[in-house]
Amino acid sequence: MSLGRRAFLRSALGATASAALLPVTARAQAAPPKVIVVGGGFAGASCARALRVVDPHIAVTLVEPSTTFTACPFSNGVIAGLRELSAQQFTYDHVAAAGITLARTTATAVDAPARTVTLADGARLPYDRLVLAPGIDIRWGALAGYDEAAATPMPHAWKAGEQTLLLRRQLEAMADGGLVVISAPANPFRCPPGPYERASLIAHYLKTRKPRSKLIVLDAKDTFSKQKLFQQAWTELYPNLLEWVPLSKGGAVTSVEPATRTLVTDFGRHKAAVASVIPPQKAGHIAEVAGVADRTGWCPIDPATFESKLQPSIHVIGDAAIAGAMPKSAFAANSQAKTCAAAVAQLLAGTPPPVPKLINTCYSLVAPDYGISVAGVYRPTNGQLADIPGAGGVSPSEAPRSARAQEATYAEAWFRTITAEVFG
Amino acid sequence: MVKWLATAIGSATIAVAVVAAAEPPVGAVSCSGCHPSSSRVTSPVPRLAGRDKAELAKALQDFRSGARPGTVMDRIAKGFTDEEIQAIAAWYAAQQP
Repeated sequence: MSLGRRAFLRSALGATASAALLPVTARAQAAPPKVIVVGGGFAGASCARALRVVDPHIAVTLVEPSTTFTACPFSNGVIAGLRELSAQQFTYDHVAAAGITLARTTATAVDAPARTVTLADGARLPYDRLVLAPGIDIRWGALAGYDEAAATPMPHAWKAGEQTLLLRRQLEAMADGGLVVISAPANPFRCPPGPYERASLIAHYLKTRKPRSKLIVLDAKDTFSKQKLFQQAWTELYPNLLEWVPLSKGGAVTSVEPATRTLVTDFGRHKAAVASVIPPQKAGHIAEVAGVADRTGWCPIDPATFESKLQPSIHVIGDAAIAGAMPKSAFAANSQAKTCAAAVAQLLAGTPPPVPKLINTCYSLVAPDYGISVAGVYRPTNGQLADIPGAGGVSPSEAPRSARAQEATYAEAWFRTITAEVFG
Repeated sequence: MVKWLATAIGSATIAVAVVAAAEPPVGAVSCSGCHPSSSRVTSPVPRLAGRDKAELAKALQDFRSGARPGTVMDRIAKGFTDEEIQAIAAWYAAQQP
């Protein structure tokens, strides 16, 4: 049976090469199918490359204005002075070398019935299938007082780059004994464990550099990702330094006053020396323009193909999508991108895509040598991506420090591996 | 196996059958998030392409049963059936390392 399957696989893979010759006449008559991918992050760049692998016949255009991608995973390490921003940055040279056309501009409009994307320079590109991977936009003003100007005195640093460096410089400039405040938003938002990893690594920075300082996390929630593991590590590593205030204890920030770096809750005012406000978010702007975002600001999708439930022939992947139990993580974005690419190729070929299974693995650092993880396996269930019961979960709560050190090593290896796959 | 063959053979045209046949089995595309495909990446996580099929399948089964301790693979393997494990192992075994 296994031999039979392997023989079949071999012949099937062999057929790929010969079939490249066989249907040439049929294919030459039809123009190559056009797929446009908007957004060059983990989701979009992964999808563009996966499309070229699944079917090199597809003409893929990636619309992305930046010449450099700055990765969010591990950017909390940059804030805490553990690594440089350059370690987070990647060019699109290898993406272009994979045969993908780069449109180094912004997509400004989508005409779904006509199947065209309009670019900032006025060009209109036709598509057979469109993949939107726009990531997140900040909902400026959703938290009273937090507008674009407020992001300078109170950096969100939730899109890596200048904001990341700004928050780092503010921490470096802070005197020992200062109060650092982080505010975490209600669900859903990009990188569910991110605010708590940020708190952990800033606490590590304070403990080693400015030990008389204090860190408060004001949270709009009562529970969060990997909570037990984080809290256990905080007790062990940062007692009396890091305080988490949940919603039920008055943690929800109701407004901010950027001029004095003050965060206001129903229970009091916190005047910070350094404040990082992680604000409410929504799908990136083009999702709204294309009509694929619903009233929540996020994009409902078919869980098997990632095709929008609101517009035909438009797929949405990554942080912008409503992916059920899958978190808004880089690993999930990459897994969705490859699944979506396969589905797009099959839909273009007129084949019904199979029911997929997707995976997420997400590491957080509580200290440079202390990693924890959450994993999940997902499949479409009742129109949503749902956890497969019995699979997934977090690192064991009882584990020796050597196991935490090993997970920190794996976290770094994961970053190297995924960025090499997507941008290398 | 039967179901998988049916998918490939049931496809309408040669071109379509090729797309379906070259398609990685359910779940397989996610592995490369952690398991490097590039030889330039340094990682303690093993590469999968070209590995022995039986060895890959046994590792997944042992992670799933708990016979083999894992960091995350014990949690991930529990999301896959015997049939899926065999298909993933066969597909990676057939890949060029």
